[in-house]
Amino acid sequence: MEGVNLSDDRPLTLAILAMGGQGGGVLADWIVAMAEREGWVAQTTSVPGVAQRTGATIYYVELIRPRGNAAPVLSLMPVPGDVDVVIAAELMEAGRAIQRGLVTPERTLMVASTHRSLTVPEKARPGDGIIDGRPVLEAMHFAARELIAADMQALATASGSMISASLFGALAASRALPFTREAFEGTIRAGGVGVTSSLAAFDAGFNAQAPSPEPATRTNGAILGGTANERTLLTSLLDRIDTEFPADARAMLRHGLARLVDYQDVDYAAEYLGHVAALVALAPSLAGEAARQIALAMAYDDVIRVADLKTRAARFARVRREAEARENQLLDATEFMHPRLAEICATLPARWGKRVEQSALLSALLKNLAEKPRRIRSTRLAGFLQLYAVAGLRRWRRRLLRHEREADFLRNWLELVASEAPRDPPLALELLRCRRLVKGYSDTHQRGEDKFARVTGALPLLAGREDAADWLRRLRDAALADEAGKAIDGVLATIATLGNVN
Amino acid sequence: MAERSFAREVQDLRLGDGQEFRGEGILAVTKALLQSGVGYVGGYQGAPISHLMDVLADAQEVLADLGVHFENGASEAAAASMLAASVMYPIRGAVTWKSTAGTNVASDALSNLASGGVTGGALIVIGEDYGEGSSIMQERTHAVAMKSQIWLLDPRPNLPSIVQAVEEGFALSEASNTPVMLELRIRACHVHGSFIAKANRKPAMPLAAALEHPVRDTGRIVLPPASFMHEKEKTEKRLPAARRFIAERGLNETFTGDLDEIGIVLQGGLYNGVIRALQGVGLADVWGNTRISLHVLNVTYPLVPAALVAFCAGKKGVLVVEEGQPEFIEQALATELRRADVATPLHGKNVLPMAGEYTASVLAAGIRRFVETAAPALAATLKAAPSPAAVLDDPRVTALASTVPPRPPSFCTGCPERPIFAAMTLVQKELGQHHIGADIGCHLFAINPPFEIGTTTMGYGLGPSSTAALQVKAGKRPIAMMGDGGFWHNGLLNGIGNAVFNKHDGVVVVVDNFYSAATGGQDLLSSRADNRTRSTRHPIETAIRGVGGKWVRTLERTYDVAKLRDTLREALTTPAEGPKFIVASSECMLNRQRRERPAFAAAVKRGERQVRPRFGVDEDVCTGDHACIRLSGCPSLSVKPSADPLQEDPVAAIDQSCVGCGNCGEVAEAAVLCPSFYRADVVHNPAPLEAWWARLRARLIVWLQARRERGRMALTV
Repeated sequence: MEGVNLSDDRPLTLAILAMGGQGGGVLADWIVAMAEREGWVAQTTSVPGVAQRTGATIYYVELIRPRGNAAPVLSLMPVPGDVDVVIAAELMEAGRAIQRGLVTPERTLMVASTHRSLTVPEKARPGDGIIDGRPVLEAMHFAARELIAADMQALATASGSMISASLFGALAASRALPFTREAFEGTIRAGGVGVTSSLAAFDAGFNAQAPSPEPATRTNGAILGGTANERTLLTSLLDRIDTEFPADARAMLRHGLARLVDYQDVDYAAEYLGHVAALVALAPSLAGEAARQIALAMAYDDVIRVADLKTRAARFARVRREAEARENQLLDATEFMHPRLAEICATLPARWGKRVEQSALLSALLKNLAEKPRRIRSTRLAGFLQLYAVAGLRRWRRRLLRHEREADFLRNWLELVASEAPRDPPLALELLRCRRLVKGYSDTHQRGEDKFARVTGALPLLAGREDAADWLRRLRDAALADEAGKAIDGVLATIATLGNVN
Repeated sequence: MAERSFAREVQDLRLGDGQEFRGEGILAVTKALLQSGVGYVGGYQGAPISHLMDVLADAQEVLADLGVHFENGASEAAAASMLAASVMYPIRGAVTWKSTAGTNVASDALSNLASGGVTGGALIVIGEDYGEGSSIMQERTHAVAMKSQIWLLDPRPNLPSIVQAVEEGFALSEASNTPVMLELRIRACHVHGSFIAKANRKPAMPLAAALEHPVRDTGRIVLPPASFMHEKEKTEKRLPAARRFIAERGLNETFTGDLDEIGIVLQGGLYNGVIRALQGVGLADVWGNTRISLHVLNVTYPLVPAALVAFCAGKKGVLVVEEGQPEFIEQALATELRRADVATPLHGKNVLPMAGEYTASVLAAGIRRFVETAAPALAATLKAAPSPAAVLDDPRVTALASTVPPRPPSFCTGCPERPIFAAMTLVQKELGQHHIGADIGCHLFAINPPFEIGTTTMGYGLGPSSTAALQVKAGKRPIAMMGDGGFWHNGLLNGIGNAVFNKHDGVVVVVDNFYSAATGGQDLLSSRADNRTRSTRHPIETAIRGVGGKWVRTLERTYDVAKLRDTLREALTTPAEGPKFIVASSECMLNRQRRERPAFAAAVKRGERQVRPRFGVDEDVCTGDHACIRLSGCPSLSVKPSADPLQEDPVAAIDQSCVGCGNCGEVAEAAVLCPSFYRADVVHNPAPLEAWWARLRARLIVWLQARRERGRMALTV
């Protein structure tokens, strides 16, 4: 048999990594339709299946210029190390493409959207579960021959279209395919669906460039409203920040001050500064964290605060914006409230609240009367006035049962921090940060307090250890890892096995 | 009502002689059936063959013109039974389903069909759901073909070859009186390509003629003594006839190369992958020219021993490329070579992995090992195939292992099944963890975060029976899931009836989303829409009561989380005896949106008053605990960094894709979570009076807001 002469022709190969619902199939179909219009042979395959329901999936396209009547044998799946173009419709999907070996420095042009669509575990973690995307960006720069990376989702949304259109535009701009911009746009037009918005998103994708980081803007504090005395007091507090506190804590202190003035009044803000100053006197390194955590603790989330935030003019404007309501459209907002006996008692004057709590009869009565889900239409008069009235309780807040309890919590916590601050400032710092465990409303708040108690309850076990701060940090991280706080048990068990160093 | 309309694809079914068909592999099969003169088609939907069914469902006119009968089988067993029409009559029939799941369900009918044999061509189009993208257990249909003696076609994955396999498949079936399976892998079903069409043909014998002139033959019925005769007939008549047909028609292909010392025997479906792998090392090109000889088995069962022995004889080595396990073809070939006393060394699973999909990389590595073993001199001349190894070994890439998270499928935005599992999570918080038997369907996604509900899944409609052994007196009752798809497929009898008859004590939750949603939104008996060609609107509760269910609660709005939770709690704690059934109904949101979104836009355009709900989160009220997400997992509910410099944790946020299903608000209420959710109802084209009153109201509210702002001190930072 004679030697077979093999051709050097090779197809252009493209892999599209997307999530179900992103239009990856539309993008693949556009590429095929365009190639066929231009006289090329095109093949695409996919494995959508259940991945259509929001899972990660891959579309694969091969294009080749025909040669006579010969039929090309095209691959049904990408060959790692042999892909010309990789399009990733999300940052982590770009990472997945690299992990699959589809992106190589010799061959691959990568078009990637840098936006994140968070996975459920990232979103569900009680604390901050968002995965740091920088390793993916770094790997993209390393692995791709050429990289076009931008937030293609934002570009598409701004044009009222899907990410497939902005990615198609970026693909056109990359010149990876031997087709003109007109051929790309003609394909969208021929599709006939949402042509105008798709073309706008295409154009945005075509001109996509990574945004330069915005320069940080800094505004000087301005005081609005209040009586002359109040303004004088607030000015003096601001002066104290600049003279008595370490420079790196001042911005946070100003934020704290602003929060507490907004939350209650200047006197309350003055108390706040006093608490921070007391800790700073013991250990100056605590200033920044104390400024943050004490402000959050003092501006605890009560029904008054919620009603106040929900009735503000700025909030009304934000809701209209987020719901994309236009000028000539009406907007009705419904709030989902679920007042429970505990919250109702907490909003009574301390003495009354306790009396109700202690009386089974009164509790049952009030529970029956008030404890049920309430949907309040905050944009209607009746609903607005209810919330407005609750928000108006602000001036009496410091006499209410909730405040008494929060004040107790604050005092005990600060005493605990203060007791550790002189001899172990890092441990005191971690104790300050433990306040992060207490958040939310009703059950969530209760669970947070329990976690706080369990974590800080480990202090006696850690007494005298040089690495006490480190262990406390681990306990706190464990407490934030899951809702029930099961991970805390694991760390506590480890601590129990530690030898006594003293 | 399916997820999408197939009106355009239906047009492709009308193509005539010489016209070019362009489209998906599975739709090419649909057209090939019509141009082969098929008389009837049935099947059960499922990826990757759903589109075959969906297009035919939309093609009633084309089918009526040709006199083709089409049915959506209640299950694969029902579909397979349809082929009985080809036993006595020279009528071609085709059925389709996802395999091996569907083949398992159909196997009773298939065994009976294969035993008696067929007169008219009987074709079973199998979507081989194996490898990436598969949603079922990883098994081979090949085993079923062998044990029942059904021929198995595995054509090269291009449209002309697939179409030819359909046409030849019918002929092979008729020539050997044996049903034939046409196996198509996932990618082949979805491959876009083209072929030159032929005109559609009417069936050789109309179905009505069979009814009007019935024919019978006791010898075709599976009962002794005929059944013993069937087995002999299979091996003595039908198998030789099939081998003769395959050889005469050249269904298997040999591509001869110039390097004749080694060769590859491969499944047709893997041809493109093998060519690409050979191309990588410089032994083939993109036009299919190859230097190594290839014997392509477009028919993988039965094998034709003479042709295989001839191909292998004299070679220094032959590689069998056969995906999946066990390696039936390799074993059979080894036997045939041994019988023929051919000493050619045989390779296969020694250089290729026993299990798993034969991806491009796997094939490339296996073929290189084969050449190195069988032809070392040639191995030295091989080109280096493209390889990502250097990239994959780089620390910047290995670091991604701890960065890139898995992304399994999940409930869609607004899915009505989400609140069911939110309610179940709430009940379990009260009553403790329960044993929950899962089923097949979208509801199986509950096994993933955030719900992590479900212990086992035994098959479609088998959730309740999977808890049968646990129906004993204990402190807790078992819970079983089932979808409406599973209910009508198998569950009514094997799940519900079984539970009633055996006096189960557990709870069965039937998820009714109005469609067989996971397979693409096909109608079922209980679908609520009017369907011109099918009988719908048969309530699930009626069926449950019909088989004796007493404790039945139907909830018509799954988004009512509190009611669902209370009903579940009642079912788990009631002293009532017998199984407790809860039917939770709300329409699949994916299908609902496909219908309602265009209707909404059109109504707004006409100037009609329309209200669009959407949910939002007040980010200054949200404290970043994310309890809401742990009871939802909705794609439109995510988290974002807080704009508040004091706040460390990201806060919840709802994006523009929200469809306003209500789950967020209901969950916040039922679980007493937090007051940060709100629903914004945007009124398009409000009535004049309504708009006037709203303006007045807004003015008063603005005045009150300004009044309070004046009294508040503020410090801007």
